[in-house]
Amino acid sequence: MRGRENINMPRPNAYALTWRLPIIVWQFLFFVGPLLFMVAMSFFLVKNYRMIEAFEMKNWVKMFGRNYFWDSYWLTLWLATLSTIVTTLVAFPASFALAFRTSETVRRWAIFLLIIPFFTSYLVRTFSWYTILAESGVINAMLGSIGIDPITMLNTKFGTIVGYMTLTLPLVVVLQTFALANIDRNLVQAARNLGCPPWRTILTVIVPLAKTGLIVAALFCFILSFGDFVAPYYLGGSKPPTLPILIIDTTKSGQQWPRAAVVAVVMMATLITIAFAAITLAYRKRASA
Amino acid sequence: MTPRALDWGLRGYIALVFVFIFAPIVFSMIFSFNSDRFPTIPLGSFTTKWYEAIWNDPDVWKAVRTSLIVSGCTAILATALGFATAYTDYRYNFRFKSAYLALVLLPPTIPLIIMALAMLAWLSKIGASGQVWSIILAHTVLTAPFAMAVIRLRLNQMDASIEAAAWNLGASEWGAMRNVIVPYCKPAIISALCLTAAVSFDEFAIAWFVSGLNKTVPVMILEIVQGNIDPRVNALGTFVFLTSMTLVIIAQVVLMTRKGVKA
Repeated sequence: MRGRENINMPRPNAYALTWRLPIIVWQFLFFVGPLLFMVAMSFFLVKNYRMIEAFEMKNWVKMFGRNYFWDSYWLTLWLATLSTIVTTLVAFPASFALAFRTSETVRRWAIFLLIIPFFTSYLVRTFSWYTILAESGVINAMLGSIGIDPITMLNTKFGTIVGYMTLTLPLVVVLQTFALANIDRNLVQAARNLGCPPWRTILTVIVPLAKTGLIVAALFCFILSFGDFVAPYYLGGSKPPTLPILIIDTTKSGQQWPRAAVVAVVMMATLITIAFAAITLAYRKRASA
Repeated sequence: MTPRALDWGLRGYIALVFVFIFAPIVFSMIFSFNSDRFPTIPLGSFTTKWYEAIWNDPDVWKAVRTSLIVSGCTAILATALGFATAYTDYRYNFRFKSAYLALVLLPPTIPLIIMALAMLAWLSKIGASGQVWSIILAHTVLTAPFAMAVIRLRLNQMDASIEAAAWNLGASEWGAMRNVIVPYCKPAIISALCLTAAVSFDEFAIAWFVSGLNKTVPVMILEIVQGNIDPRVNALGTFVFLTSMTLVIIAQVVLMTRKGVKA
C-alpha cells in the first residue's frame, strides 16, 4: 500500500539504496552468476581431467546421442508426472476435510504440524522409509505375522513415489487447504441449495474456484519430484537413473562437469516449459460454459 | 453414506495422511534405541549404543561444529538480506520491481541438484569452493526468500502511518527504522532466523557438492547411507530431527503468539 505514495518514483536516496542493493548484488554473484556459468559450461571441453573454456557443441551432441540419456529423461518425466497425480489425489480429500469439515482451530493445528516435516531432514525420513519398506522391514514383518508373504516395495516405482510423497505431501496439503479455504462459501452453498449433489458440487464448483491454488500446488509437487535424487536412488533402485542421479554420477565419478551441465540445462528448460504451461492454465479465465 | 459417517471417514483419512507423514520420523527415533543391526519388528532390546557410537566419534563432532557454523551464519546473513528486501518491497515502488522480487524469490524453485552443480562450478571458477563459507554463500541464496516472506507478512500487518508518524515527530529515516520498524518486526526476525537456520541445517545436496572436506551432518548421513545399513544414522537422524523441529516450532510459535497479543 505504502509504495503507492511514491507513484512518481523519486530518485532513491542513500537510505533506500542501502536496503535495496545488497540482495541484488548477492543474487547476481551467487544465483544468476552460477546459473549462467552452468549454461556456458555445457559448451566447455574436458581434456586430461581438466576443464577448458570453449564453445563447442560436443557435450550436447554426445548426451543427445546416447540412449541412456533419453531413458533417464522419459523416466524422470514420467515419475514426476505420476508423483504429481498421485500426490494431488491423495492430498485432496485431506485438504477438503481441513478446509470445509473441521474447525478453524483444527485446521490451524494441522497446518502447524504439516509445516514442521516440510522443513525437517528429508534425507533421514527417506532412509527411514527404506527400513520400513525393506524385504524384512516393518511392513513386511507385520504382514508376516498375519501370514502374508513379503511384498517387494524397494527398488520399485512404488518405493520412489513413497519417497517423493515424503517430500511433497505436507506442502501439497498445506497449499491445497489454503486454496480451498479461500473460496467463496456462498457459491458452494448456492450450488447445494439449488440441489447440486455433493460430488458435482466438488467437481463443478469447488475445484474450478480453487483451480489456481490447486495447480500451483501440483506444480510445486512436480518441480520437487523432478529434481529429487534421494527417493529414486534409495527407494527406487536407480535403474535406469533419473536425471538428478545422472547429474551426480557424471559430476562425482566421471568428473565430466560440462556433460552434467547439459543434463541440468535440459532439466531447467523442461521445468520452465512446464511451469509456464501450468501458470497459464492456472490463471486462464474459464470459457463461458 | 450419511454426512456423519462421511465426516468420520474424512477425519480418519486426515489421520492416515498424518501417519504417513510422521511414521518415518517416529520409526527413526524408535530404531535409534534398538539393539538389532537391521531395524525391524519385533524390536530387539533397548540400547543407547548407537548414541554412544556417535558421541565418541570425533568426525561427528567435527560435522556438528561445521553444521552449527554454517546454519548460524546462514541464518544471520539470510535474515539480514531478507529483512532488507521485505522492507524495500513494503516501502518502495520502482521500475523493474517485479523482476527484483523474482530475483529474490526464485531460488527455492530451482532443483537443489542443479543449484549444487551450478554453485560447484561457479565457486570453483572464482576460487571459493571447498570451504565452510562456500556452503554459507550458497545456503544464504537458498534461504533468504524464506526470511523475506516471513518478515514481509509481518510488515503487511503494520499500519503504514506508524512510520510516517515517527518522521513527523522528528525521527530520521534511520531513527524510525531503529525505533519503529525493527522492534515491530522482532518476532518475524526471530522466526526468520530459526526457519533459515533449520533449512540450512537440513540441506544436503548443495552442501555435499561445495563443501569439499568440510562435511556437515546431513552430508555425513548421506555418505553413511550410501554404504550399508547403519543404525548410527537413526541416532544422528534423531539429533537432526530434534534440532530442526525445535527451530521450526519456535519459528511458528513466535509468530502465532505475537499475533494473539495484537488481536
